[in-house]
Amino acid sequence: MITIENIHKSFGKIRVLKGIDLDIPKGSAVAILGPNGSGKTTLMKSLLGMVVPDQGRILLNNTTIDRGWKYRNGIDYLPQIANFPNNLKVSELLKMIKDIRGAKTDKETYYIDLFSLHPFLNKKLGTLSGGTKQKVNLVLAFMFDSPILILDEPTSGLDPISLLVLKDIILGEKKKGKTLLISSHIMNFVEKVCDTILFIWEGTIYFNGSITDLKKNTKKDDFEHAIAHLLKSAHD
Amino acid sequence: MIKILKYSFFDLMRSRWSYVYFAFYLLLGFVLLFLNTDVSKAVITLMNVVIILVPLMGTLFGVMYYYNSKEFIELLLAQPIKRTSIFIGQYLGVATSLTFSLIVGLGIPFLVYGIFKSDAILDFSLLLVTGGFLTFIFTAISFYIGLSNENKIKGFGYAIVFWLFMAVIYDGLFLISLIVFEAYPLDTFSLFASLANPIDLSRILILLKLDISALMGYTGAIFQKFFGTQWGVVIAMGVLLLWVIVPVFLIRRKALKKDF
Repeated sequence: MITIENIHKSFGKIRVLKGIDLDIPKGSAVAILGPNGSGKTTLMKSLLGMVVPDQGRILLNNTTIDRGWKYRNGIDYLPQIANFPNNLKVSELLKMIKDIRGAKTDKETYYIDLFSLHPFLNKKLGTLSGGTKQKVNLVLAFMFDSPILILDEPTSGLDPISLLVLKDIILGEKKKGKTLLISSHIMNFVEKVCDTILFIWEGTIYFNGSITDLKKNTKKDDFEHAIAHLLKSAHD
Repeated sequence: MIKILKYSFFDLMRSRWSYVYFAFYLLLGFVLLFLNTDVSKAVITLMNVVIILVPLMGTLFGVMYYYNSKEFIELLLAQPIKRTSIFIGQYLGVATSLTFSLIVGLGIPFLVYGIFKSDAILDFSLLLVTGGFLTFIFTAISFYIGLSNENKIKGFGYAIVFWLFMAVIYDGLFLISLIVFEAYPLDTFSLFASLANPIDLSRILILLKLDISALMGYTGAIFQKFFGTQWGVVIAMGVLLLWVIVPVFLIRRKALKKDF
């Protein structure tokens, strides 16, 4: 279970998070939505300790994460932009992260098959296309099989086939009882994969509830229209 | 931390620039020994090169490697690793690989010319130790500068200016102040002024050991008068060590606070 208590964060003069309070029960699949620059990535990075909040605290299973690092063993993270060391080969990168994490897993072969990455294993990361990089990124995120998955825009750059594969993987992980946190701009993807919607607007939580609640509140039958309505009402 | 150090070290050892750096020292060593067959004279000439060039290389490599490995750092930050281990590990990786190039590059020609049979073996090892210190000091400082500046160009600029200040401008300012305040006793001032610059300090350290008063200059003479050769060497080493510890501590502090 993840508990976020009154998180504030500013970068210079820009206040990105203005007091976020949140409970994420174990096994739930939460979609973090919101316009660009609303603080989705900052919130996710705070969970990982990559961003240090100015105020407030984050608890993971009732222990505060405050500058610790061991808790990250239980989290798999997919960064929004796949920045990899360019002069490494794909296989070297996978081996290295495995070694650094001290994890003995052979799950990566399964995901490499799924995303048909075999032809790229001996290519340098710098030479890969955006979509292929994103697939490598996904393999890295899924291969350690941790109980919490944080995915920042997992769909970016993927072709329709890989998108289907990804959807199946995520639904599978959900069935295993993992806690999922996903940010995305593709609404029908979100609708299929997640059950709770967290709408962030200018650093505060604007809506937090299930998809059915959202449709009821906005009096729209269609999820995409409901979100659009939410966005518009936030602007007013 | 050891794992990060290992990856940084081997990553750098594979890069072209490490070979260039290594080859340069190799060539320098052979040419110097070819030009003057006297090993101890070659050590003095080498000192003048090492004292300027090693800090420059440490500065450039440090800041370059930091900016180049930003992606790697971001990748590691999401893994269950201590923040300080990531940054200190990378720093140590760069500094050790540079020191490795320096020691092996200069060591080979001097070994070939029979350094072990000459009396200059101690002087030569002292030169290598000082070179190592200078590498660790300037890499740490440039790493810190990189860590504090998101903007690459700014970071590079500050790092180069820092090196220029320590290697060239500092001595100029020092000399000017000696002339301007000629009428006052300047012993203590110049003593501390030389402690505050690792490059000056290294020069004094080597010259103290070589015992060449003609080359020692004003500060060196005061240093020797004040501490004597034995204590002078110990104190200079101690201060050089401090020059490593303080920037490393600053890197640690900055790394704990920074957002990515």
